[in-house]
Amino acid sequence: MVPQRLPRRSFLGLLGAGVGAGIVGCGTDATSSGGGGGNFQVWVLQEESQNVAHNVAIDAFNKSSDVKARLVPSPNDGYTDKLHVSMGSANKPDVFYNWGGGSIRTYARDDLLVDLTPYFDKDKAWKDKFLPSVLDAGKIDDKYYGVPARGMQPIILFYNKAVFSDLGVEPPKTWTELMTIVDKAKAGGIIPFALAGGDPWTELVWPEYLVDRVGGPEVFNNIAAGKKDAWKDPAITKSVDMIRDLVQRGGFGDSFASVRWDGAGASTLIAQGKAAMHLMGSWEYTNQVTDQPEYAKTNLGFTDFPTVDGGKGDPKAIVGNPTNYFSVSKDSKNVDAAVDFLKKEMASTAYVDAWLKAGDVPAVTGLDARMDKAVDPKFAKLVYDMVNDAPTFQLSWDQAVEKAQAQPMLDALSKVFLGQLDAAGFVKANEDAA
Amino acid sequence: MAVLTEAPAPVRAAPAPPRRHTHRVNRPSSWYLLPAVVFFGVFAALPLVLVLYLSLTDWTGVGTPAFIGIDNWTRLFGNDAIWDVTWTTLLLTVLCWVTQTPLSILLGVWAAGPQRNRAVLSALFFLPLLLSTAAIAMLFLRFFDPYLGVGRTLEPFRNILGTTSGAITAIVIMVGWQFVPFHTLLYQAAARNIPKVLYDAATVDGAGRWHMFWYVTLPQLKNTIITSSTIMIVGSLTYFETIFLLTNGGPGTSTRTLPLEMYFRSFRQYEFGYASTIASVLVIVATSISLIIVKFSGFAKMRSTLEGL
Repeated sequence: MVPQRLPRRSFLGLLGAGVGAGIVGCGTDATSSGGGGGNFQVWVLQEESQNVAHNVAIDAFNKSSDVKARLVPSPNDGYTDKLHVSMGSANKPDVFYNWGGGSIRTYARDDLLVDLTPYFDKDKAWKDKFLPSVLDAGKIDDKYYGVPARGMQPIILFYNKAVFSDLGVEPPKTWTELMTIVDKAKAGGIIPFALAGGDPWTELVWPEYLVDRVGGPEVFNNIAAGKKDAWKDPAITKSVDMIRDLVQRGGFGDSFASVRWDGAGASTLIAQGKAAMHLMGSWEYTNQVTDQPEYAKTNLGFTDFPTVDGGKGDPKAIVGNPTNYFSVSKDSKNVDAAVDFLKKEMASTAYVDAWLKAGDVPAVTGLDARMDKAVDPKFAKLVYDMVNDAPTFQLSWDQAVEKAQAQPMLDALSKVFLGQLDAAGFVKANEDAA
Repeated sequence: MAVLTEAPAPVRAAPAPPRRHTHRVNRPSSWYLLPAVVFFGVFAALPLVLVLYLSLTDWTGVGTPAFIGIDNWTRLFGNDAIWDVTWTTLLLTVLCWVTQTPLSILLGVWAAGPQRNRAVLSALFFLPLLLSTAAIAMLFLRFFDPYLGVGRTLEPFRNILGTTSGAITAIVIMVGWQFVPFHTLLYQAAARNIPKVLYDAATVDGAGRWHMFWYVTLPQLKNTIITSSTIMIVGSLTYFETIFLLTNGGPGTSTRTLPLEMYFRSFRQYEFGYASTIASVLVIVATSISLIIVKFSGFAKMRSTLEGL
């Protein structure tokens, strides 16, 4: 849910509840015939700056095609509700924007989506245009249901260079080094990690990375696939213990639970040098450039998440929001044209450049030469290299699991951070919800 | 009504026809009720029935709800977490009532007086009434921020949203700030309506300020206290946006109330059937509480506090 992570998330979410309730009654308005009669709909979010790229793709496609694509933007907060309602009706979108994983798993399993695997198999050149880790992150039950549609947002370990040089430390390469920095920062009166613990999704980045480093990608893949006892994997227990240790050492200060993401509390802390590090998505960089340009220019440092001694995971593996995807619904009258649209446009030069200009780094191969088109080439290159080198790119857990399990998982995790729940309790809470 | 019409009967045999006549004049035709009844039926009673039906189904919000009998209800009562949520809801309700009622009475009685600057100060006190809940919540969120807000200098406020008791206190403070003005307004109006003769009589009897307040003002405000308390208690049971925006039910799940649980279950977890069960419980609890208040306060008799004047 990339855009929802930006400020005002919860406030707009509240409005979203109202919008969602209103949608049930108007599933047929404006969106007309489900795409019959020579055109098909492409559902996207209503984001002015972002839809520039989508319009580039649609205009280019419509020039050469008899079946026309039509962009149908919806406000971010009602979007998933609207999609959810229309997927259960006769007015399904032809092509729609989604987050992969849990956002489309039920549709895929209900056989509502076009399996894109045969198309990719037939057209290797098309498949090779996308970064494999991102493409694979969109897989459900070993089949492709989505084509990468926009920028990638890995979780990055940000640090304040000035604070690090004051403390006389280097970016950590291992968990042990990280712990040393935590202790040094604490001794120097600095909060080791900024954390907006009032919003539990900000805490989720920790088990995401730790479980991957400790036990490899399989551990969570089993959970997402709904396998029995998947939460009981020892890697989960070990990771939760590591988190509890970090919290008890004062790794997040003693007031993190009062800090909310809205209002940029955590980001301000690291920018002002009151905190040393922040484990957050690449959107943190964009926010800092806007809110604290001076810090972003001089002291904002970034590095990979450290390795864990004896861990099975690949140190290059990353987590976060691989990208957003376009999926095609099976009921569409123009499946061929819709797939054709995705084939021709999703990796086209014009489309990719439009994204780079908007500040996104799309999941398309061979971008190195075109980085100068990006708003901030240095950061774009970091994100691109990170993803390019990554063997796996784990989708954020709250997006990857079933809707009914995401909230209990976040509840249990926030209790772990508060010290109210130990590893066994965390595992039990999740097993109960699964 | 019963009291007023029956009381005269034993005293003197009043002729029946005039009474029936009076009756007809005072009571407008029942048809006048129609718009209100239709409105209530369509927007309150009907949804209520539908929610009760949904509470007996399994529904993700899409497709046809599957009827599953009382499964949701047994699940609800067999779930420990729901008791925590209910306890939090009741605790918040009591705390809100206990803090807001005395404050509102004192402020309202004061604002009803003739002091200098009273109008200016009352106008200032009423300002929070003009702000939307969302704006107030955002304001308090900044205010309570441990590093950027008041917590920077005031130690007890530093981690206020990060502890269970702190978060509950924060909600009580914010809700009080928002709603005390409204209840003050009620008490101000009621206090203005207390006849001056009562105070004159009390003065003659040698009553001081405190005695006047305790033996004249408070008893005279009885009906307003009941009205205000009912609004406050039923309101507290259903606070949603305040808590949602300020603490999001946290830290952990320690400020999650029934309305929040309902929202999380429906719009986050797509368990609309189970969420409807929670909604039904809320309706039942809120209705029962207001009925109990009305029953035990004698409010139903509508006895005027001015009887005999």
